[in-house]
Amino acid sequence: MHNRMLEIAVGIFMIAGLFALIFLATQVSGLTHFSKGGYYTITAEFDNIGSLKPRAPVRIAGVTIGRVESIDLNPKTFRATVKLLIEDSDSNLPTDTEARIQTEGILGANYIALSPGFDEASLVDNGRITITHPALILENLIGQMLFKQKEKPNHE
Amino acid sequence: MLELVSRLGRVGIQNCQQLGVSGLFLSRILFRRPRIGASYKLLVDQLFVVGVLSLSIIVVSGLFIGMVLGLQGVNTLQRFGAEAQLGQLVALSVVRELGPVVTALLFAGRAGSALAAEIGLMRATDQIASMEMMAVDPMWRIISPRFWAGVISMPILAMIFNVVAIWGGYVVGVKWLGVDMGAFWSNMQSSVDFNQDVLNGIIKTVVFGFAVTWIAVYQGFYSIPTAAGISLATTRSVVYGSLAVLGLDFILTIMMLKGW
Repeated sequence: MHNRMLEIAVGIFMIAGLFALIFLATQVSGLTHFSKGGYYTITAEFDNIGSLKPRAPVRIAGVTIGRVESIDLNPKTFRATVKLLIEDSDSNLPTDTEARIQTEGILGANYIALSPGFDEASLVDNGRITITHPALILENLIGQMLFKQKEKPNHE
Repeated sequence: MLELVSRLGRVGIQNCQQLGVSGLFLSRILFRRPRIGASYKLLVDQLFVVGVLSLSIIVVSGLFIGMVLGLQGVNTLQRFGAEAQLGQLVALSVVRELGPVVTALLFAGRAGSALAAEIGLMRATDQIASMEMMAVDPMWRIISPRFWAGVISMPILAMIFNVVAIWGGYVVGVKWLGVDMGAFWSNMQSSVDFNQDVLNGIIKTVVFGFAVTWIAVYQGFYSIPTAAGISLATTRSVVYGSLAVLGLDFILTIMMLKGW
């Protein structure tokens, strides 16, 4: 009898551990959200990615539809090649979709915003986004502004 | 002068010898023909002693650590108007570091010391010698179930600790201090990655459980068979276990952050 109680206690302990793992997977890391379906990859080349990091979100109209898989430098063109993982449920992106690197708030992390075009054909797996806009670098903007202000008196 | 050098040499040789003995000891635990049917009962007994009975201290300390993290987090994040990031702060610090390390330290104190003292007393009262006389292998009968019980319990305890600590942070942050519930969970889910954070934390706990129980069982088995020897073995199992956990945590964190 005593041994049976002991085995039950150990069994409950194991089950509690299993539930803890399930809780960590679903509630804490939000795993279910990303394991629903498959993904497909598309690549995009940017002149400047700013401080974009792998695993940054990819969004359309603010809704997250994928993640940045990897960032590499193209040795021929010296542009950044960014691989994007997009959920299969959003597989009807037109081929003339534009990719733009944006920032969440003033100090937030970078993400990729896609704005769909009007083409009939859709991007397929391993497709490429050709129209891209580089990240806005705050320092460059300030530099340009200062430069313009210096020039102004000459024009007037 | 020469005496000093020779003493240093003796200490060095002794330490190397101990390291070798403990390595052989570990290999005797690991590489043995498993006897599943007979070992099962012994293992369940030890899982109860090592795992289930450690649960209370793990749950209570997890709750308090989570609640303190919630309080401190809200207090600090409020200065930047970023209380919404509380979930991320609590979850990442608990899952990556606090959960594995604090559980392992408590485990070394609660279970490791008990293991060392128990086995040390068996050695001191000649129970181990009499087992060998009766052709019962003490490695199989005493050491192996305790070792595996420690290795199995430690990750389970740490996962329970993680959940309780996050819940504690949730109770203080959301229920008490009024952080938005949706922001708490969604920020947590968007920043915590299952492979990078949760799984790496679990790998840490397995390594810590291995190290802590190995040290405890070794210290007990090779303790000096006197009252003072048992007290020394118990102290050492806690001190060496805790130091090993902290050192290994640093090494594992480097490996995980910089890529394997």
